[in-house]
Amino acid sequence: MVGEFRMPSLGADMERGTLVEWLVTPGDHVRRGDVMATVDTEKTVMDVESFEDGVIAELLAAPGETLTVGTPMARITPTPASVMAPPATAPVSTPVPEAEVEPEQTTPSPGARVPSATPPVRRLARGLGLDLTRITGTGKAGHVTRADVERAAAEQRTDAGAVRSVRVSPRARRLAGELGVDEANVAGTGPHGAVTGGDILRAAKGNEPTGAEGRPGAQNGPGPTPGPADPGQRATGLRRRIGTLMSRSKKTIPHYYLGTTIDLQAALTWMHAVNAQRPVSTRLVPAALLLKASALAARQVPELNGFYTEARFRPSPVVHLGVAVALREGGLVAPAIHAADTLTVDQMMERLRDVVTRARTGHLRRAEIADPTLTVTALGELGVDTVYGVIYPPQVALVGFGRVRERPWAQDGMLTVHQAVNATLSADHRVSDGLRGGRFLDLINDVLQRPEEL
Amino acid sequence: METTYREAMRTAIREALLQDDRVFLMGEDVGAYGGCFAVSLGLFEEFGPERIRDTPLSESAFVGAGIGAALNGMRPIVEIMTVNFSLLALDQIVNNAATLLHMSGGQFNVPLVIRTTTGAGRQLGAQHSHSLEGWFAHVPGLRILTPATVEDARGMLWTALEDPDPVLIFEHGSLYNLSSELAEDAGPVDIHAAAVRREGGDVSLITYGGTLPLTLEAADRLAAEGIEAEVLDLRTLRPLDDAAILATVVKTHRAVVVDEGWRSGSLSAEISARITESAFYELDAPVGRVCSAEVPIPYARDLELAALPSAERVVAAARQAVGGGG
Amino acid sequence: MTAGKPHARPPADAVAAGDLLRQMLRVRRLEEQCVELYSAARIRGFLHVYIGEEAVAAGIMSTLGPEDAVVATYREHGHALLRGVSAGAILAEMYGHVQGCCRGRGGSMHLFDAATHFYGGNAIVAGGLPLAVGLALADRMAGRSRVTACFFGEGAAAEGEFHESLNLAALWRLPVLFCCENNLYAMGTALARSQSQTDLALKAAAYELPAWSVDGMDVLAVEESARRAVDAVRAGGGPHFLELRTYRFRAHSMFDPERYRDKTEVARWTERDPILTLRRALEETGRFTEDDWNALDREVAAEMAAAVRFAESGAPEPLGDLQRFVYSER
Repeated sequence: MVGEFRMPSLGADMERGTLVEWLVTPGDHVRRGDVMATVDTEKTVMDVESFEDGVIAELLAAPGETLTVGTPMARITPTPASVMAPPATAPVSTPVPEAEVEPEQTTPSPGARVPSATPPVRRLARGLGLDLTRITGTGKAGHVTRADVERAAAEQRTDAGAVRSVRVSPRARRLAGELGVDEANVAGTGPHGAVTGGDILRAAKGNEPTGAEGRPGAQNGPGPTPGPADPGQRATGLRRRIGTLMSRSKKTIPHYYLGTTIDLQAALTWMHAVNAQRPVSTRLVPAALLLKASALAARQVPELNGFYTEARFRPSPVVHLGVAVALREGGLVAPAIHAADTLTVDQMMERLRDVVTRARTGHLRRAEIADPTLTVTALGELGVDTVYGVIYPPQVALVGFGRVRERPWAQDGMLTVHQAVNATLSADHRVSDGLRGGRFLDLINDVLQRPEEL
Repeated sequence: METTYREAMRTAIREALLQDDRVFLMGEDVGAYGGCFAVSLGLFEEFGPERIRDTPLSESAFVGAGIGAALNGMRPIVEIMTVNFSLLALDQIVNNAATLLHMSGGQFNVPLVIRTTTGAGRQLGAQHSHSLEGWFAHVPGLRILTPATVEDARGMLWTALEDPDPVLIFEHGSLYNLSSELAEDAGPVDIHAAAVRREGGDVSLITYGGTLPLTLEAADRLAAEGIEAEVLDLRTLRPLDDAAILATVVKTHRAVVVDEGWRSGSLSAEISARITESAFYELDAPVGRVCSAEVPIPYARDLELAALPSAERVVAAARQAVGGGG
Repeated sequence: MTAGKPHARPPADAVAAGDLLRQMLRVRRLEEQCVELYSAARIRGFLHVYIGEEAVAAGIMSTLGPEDAVVATYREHGHALLRGVSAGAILAEMYGHVQGCCRGRGGSMHLFDAATHFYGGNAIVAGGLPLAVGLALADRMAGRSRVTACFFGEGAAAEGEFHESLNLAALWRLPVLFCCENNLYAMGTALARSQSQTDLALKAAAYELPAWSVDGMDVLAVEESARRAVDAVRAGGGPHFLELRTYRFRAHSMFDPERYRDKTEVARWTERDPILTLRRALEETGRFTEDDWNALDREVAAEMAAAVRFAESGAPEPLGDLQRFVYSER
């Protein structure tokens, strides 16, 4: 029986796709889940995977061809698992042309000859972080097979296990992140030597225990409260977490970016008039207006407000606006102002002051960290004109505001000077598109032209 | 006043019969015989055959009749001799008692109380020893109670009778002779909250019903080793007191669930899942479970004991959860 | 049981007979409406219609008082209607609308109504019998003189709950009228293919309760038997059992291939259409004319049209209320 690899449906509205590139050649062994080809779906170029195990018998489509969903693209001969193992002897050697070697090979050992391997196998090795030149090929002419890579991966795991098995409890992992402790350097006292929450708390205090001291039965009362960690250490932990999060964002979220310049003349005139009547402690700053405008706009463009989880977008019925706050020791946090769309400007100002103060003193509540549905980053105070932000997963958009400053303003054939700001939107193309994103920026602009309605 | 679980239950039934004319007890051999486990001994003589009503061996009909009577203004207490026999009435319990309120759009509630004996430990073999309360706890519309103390045996029934919806009370057979001090004025107790039976900060032992005594024993042994276990008695299996489960896990960061039901697809599985759903980042060890071996409960004494949760097994599971120097 | 020629027994009381005709016609037109709405996908789920069996519900319901209780099966639209639930509330229920008699939570098979003591709408065959026993037990214990009429099909006689319930009701002499609607087929299984003893009244009599069979296509015969039985039950005579020999003209559920019965058999029974039979008998008395029939038909048609409008204009319960009515709201 021969299986067929067909043009897959990669979205509810996809009718056809164009084959961009084959990543396999006839004779290749493929497994369920291996990437077979890349396909242009009019919307984006995507990797498409095999849904069966077998050997590529024949490629039926050529790159550049546009095929309707369901059209066979290749034939796959299913192979029993035993056949997947490499033959003991290699009858004929087929040299692999140089051109097939991918340039972005993972750090090959200097001077080493890059062995031949099929693209899926190379991809697998890359995914497992293995250096292909260090793997002994058992295939024809030293050809590295899938089995070789899997064996090498298993050996690597065993080696690592022999050195040190690091088990970290979920609570310990969370606390390590929060306190900036590197759990790899903490001796575990839990089941099977696992690092426990208590171990992390002690490490954070700098008195890592030895032996029986770590046992819960020997603890004095409830666990110690997390003390203020060394700021430098905190920053390192924070930087690492931001790094992880942003890498994930850039890897998984197809960002698109829009920008516009918003005239703030009306808004600031109104704000100054209001402030003139008030004591310093309750005066408004432009950021409060920008946040309020963003929250109102988000309510009307639900595709930008919510979470993308489990391969689908869940819009949020309320707008919890994350406010990016730069910390003095470096790094960023973006705590939420809850139900921002329902706050008055004064309430917004009050919440903004509160949250920024607490963020900088490390006193945020967990819910504030956890649940912003849309983040706003205003970097004006750093002298930046335009922000090109990275979305915080699982959110689907980020709004950026640069410095509010005077600029030449051409209007109705006249050139004047206006206060203005560059507003940008980074948004997730899986959920929204330029039309909706543009509408969002328009709405912010509209609101800011009528500040008295804020 | 030193009282047994059995006497406490009988006092509760008697009190209900005295306080509310709508209450009657119905089941196999509850009357002239005095109840298979002697819970209703003497009530037939006191209240007569109308209110202490012996039934034929027709579980489906008399449980269904209990539902019908409850729909029509009465407050029946239906006794099913053992949980294994309740399977003969499963249609009435699951298809009628649990659904009528919903199917009727809120028009017909079923204020019925079903009492039944559950559990092993008395060499009764595979058709009288199973712990199936977890099955019933699967069903929305039912409330499942598992009194594990003399106080709860005394106090849960009245509260259950006041509940407008069907309540199943599972009495573990090994508890009937349990004896403890009971206040003279002991009365109704709540049926919605779990109870911490022993405080501790190192590991949470979560259990209910017949395994509470052995779990408390295990906690004592652990204390001798320097491990302070907190023992949570669930009391009500549906709806579960999520807040209490969460609170103890947040306190100790380790949990062992003790459940005489079989492990696969069990109540202990449900509790373990809820802990990982709501308190994953509080955990310092995988959630442990002590359940019955996956066999029909055998007759032979040693085999039966080997199949059931024991204090030793709870101690071992708790040590494993604590780990390290323990 | 074979279907004979339509026989026109002269009704003793033309006014009462006219009302029975009207009640049967209401059920017939409601069921026809259901079939139409189901075909148009306005109603979904299982739908079991009572066409052909109207004389049973009409005859028995006419003998019950407002305080009596009724337990029925999943083929219960007619029972609910004749018990006093409005056609609009019934159709709205099938639409899944909150205006339905169970707020759309029950559907066609689970119609309930507290105001008329209508206890469903039970879709587990024989599952309603124990309930009826319990309802009657409560009445007995409380000293009320109510009767509980419990409807079930002949298929129920194969279930344990049938036997347990008849025994218990007879043992305790409870005020239940067991109404066995014998339409000859349990879904597609003929009585003779599922029962060693096909005389159901005889089966019931084994439990020491008065039991007899009645021509379920003759509403006057049903009414007469039911009145006798209900009076006896109410007077403390213990449970009674009626086997009502009837026939459903349409499929078990909306559509079925009908491989289990002959077309000629169906044709023979449709000649005994209970509505047609009574109409002829009434016409022969000379006190019921074609004009009377037409007026009646128009009146019932108007009732059903209004019911459809009512159901159409309803709306489903808000999704936020999904978890209501699992436990009582206190």
